Amino acid sequence: MLGTGILKGMVETAKNFAGSYHDPERLTTVEYPEQRIASKENARQFPFLVHDTEDPMQGLRCVACQICEKECPPQCIYIVKSKDKRADYKGQMQLYPVTFDIDLSVCMSCQICVEVCPFEAIKMDTEFELSNTDRFGGLLVNKHQLAKSNEHYRKIHPTEAAVSDDALAIEVAKAKAKAKADVEAKAKAAADAKAKAEAAAAAAPVGVAATAPVPKPSAPAAAPAAAPAA
Amino acid sequence: MDGTQFMTFHDLAYDAGKTDFQRKAEVIGVGREGELLEVAMGPQHPSTHGVFRMDVVLDGETVVKLKPVFGYLHRNHEKIAENTSYLGSMPYTDRLDYFCSLTNNWAYALAVEKLAGLQVPERAEYIRLITAELTRVLNHTCLAGFLLQDMGALGTPLMYAFREREKILDLFESLTGARMMCNYMRFGGCRCDLPAGWLAEARKVVAEYPKFLDEFDALLSGNEILMARTQGVGKLSAELAINAGITGPMLRASGVDYDLRKVDNYGIYSRYPFRVPLGDHGDVYDRYMIRMLEMRESLKILEPALKDIPEGPVVDPKAKLRGFRPKPGEAYGRIETPKGELGFYLISDGSPNPYRYRVRPPSLINLTILEDMCLGQTVADAVITLGSVDIVLGEVDR
Ligand code: SF4
Ligand code: SF4
Repeated sequence: MLGTGILKGMVETAKNFAGSYHDPERLTTVEYPEQRIASKENARQFPFLVHDTEDPMQGLRCVACQICEKECPPQCIYIVKSKDKRADYKGQMQLYPVTFDIDLSVCMSCQICVEVCPFEAIKMDTEFELSNTDRFGGLLVNKHQLAKSNEHYRKIHPTEAAVSDDALAIEVAKAKAKAKADVEAKAKAAADAKAKAEAAAAAAPVGVAATAPVPKPSAPAAAPAAAPAA
Repeated sequence: MDGTQFMTFHDLAYDAGKTDFQRKAEVIGVGREGELLEVAMGPQHPSTHGVFRMDVVLDGETVVKLKPVFGYLHRNHEKIAENTSYLGSMPYTDRLDYFCSLTNNWAYALAVEKLAGLQVPERAEYIRLITAELTRVLNHTCLAGFLLQDMGALGTPLMYAFREREKILDLFESLTGARMMCNYMRFGGCRCDLPAGWLAEARKVVAEYPKFLDEFDALLSGNEILMARTQGVGKLSAELAINAGITGPMLRASGVDYDLRKVDNYGIYSRYPFRVPLGDHGDVYDRYMIRMLEMRESLKILEPALKDIPEGPVVDPKAKLRGFRPKPGEAYGRIETPKGELGFYLISDGSPNPYRYRVRPPSLINLTILEDMCLGQTVADAVITLGSVDIVLGEVDR
């Protein structure tokens, strides 16, 4: 019968209309800004710089390598490297950014800077209420405005931050192990050099020890072999 | 009336050399001014789906000539891509067809993977399939809403469509971090793994979606006014559709069985049986129904895929993020996006930037046939015919 399609449609509309008063399925909007929907854990808005210490400027992880500046598709990052170096989180001497600006009016929130950064130094924030009366200067943010603590990062992206913290912990452990190994190797090398000199002095007249393995200065395993020869 | 006519740069220059009267006389025909009316619909017309202009010549209410004018949203996408790294163009592809950023990502990633010989891990293939089909559902839902809005069903269908779309956008947000500009696929896989609980949520959305489709069908598909308004309007013959290179639901509505998911078998589509809905009139109603049916088929793919998805890595370990330089060569990657065949043609000269980067946008090519579909119909029909083509100006103008 002509008109049944229309009537069926009307029934749907009526159901939805009535439902919008009590059925949570039908109540799909919230009254922003009084009510807010929590943002998703992976949500990304604009980048920020992570710092580890109390003083944001001292603890910036960024080493001004400028990879992000080069890779940023719309070219909205501007970095000036420092002339001097300072120790980073694992004690290595590194450059730091004297200027680090991001033009948020150009940034397209693509997260490529985060992906290419080898130092876990730049991450995505979830802050989106950035409206400003100054059209140009207001959205050009400098490193003081960009610096946020690692705690903040842990709070907004817990899963991601855990991965990043682990990666850094491994780096620190590696750096420590390397430093320790360096110290040991140096001591060993000195000891070995001494042992070798003594061995050479002792072996020269006998002639048998000449076939003994020549201890390598840096190989720790070779040291005990050198001892009997001496 | 001869075939579709475009406003080319040559035409513009040619037009500029004439007086306004001469130009008008040419378009309308000398001696008929006063009988025919030339109307510029757009670029700010509410029904043109963005900044698109149709120069229509009307005889009373009947369209006797229609000239689509493109280019208001031109952003130099291809040239920009030739000047940034391969990775740097990925977020720009989101902005082509901004309803379907994940399928755009996939098409581009596919082209680069062909170029660089990267392998996509199993889990990433599943994620791609799932996100692409969700995108298809999302796009068709919106299209149905917008099309009805064009017909004068103000508000209601569009709001219902957007209510459902929101659920899928939420899924995208928790997966990729952004609702629309996902920038998620990478060469040789995906950017990150699925977050905890995502699959369960996706299963829930997919399981509940048929309810919405039933509701929408009850609301509109059988509606007599809708049928009277759309059946026999904006007809496109199969022959003309093939000749004009039309792809996607538009082509299938004209009865041509051509779906790249079946033809090319890219990704893992061959593992899931699904049907390709075909129309037989090629009118606006068929185009609307094809989309409704395609959504149901997509859900049929999604349901088992969400169950079968294996564990594993999501990106090829050979893929490099920094300093990516594919060896010299060329590649064409294409997939069936919700709007049709989206292809990326790339030439590499071994440098970090593509030497040539070309997009084959389905929206633009489907739009070129607009005049042939609208001639002899009323202005109001031209509006819904345009709506049924399903264009996004970001992709048309690039
Ligand atoms: S943010 Fe990262 S990539 Fe950018 S300059 Fe600093 S360390 Fe380098
Ligand atoms: S998010 Fe993208 S556009 Fe914004 S600063 Fe980072 S790389 Fe540049």
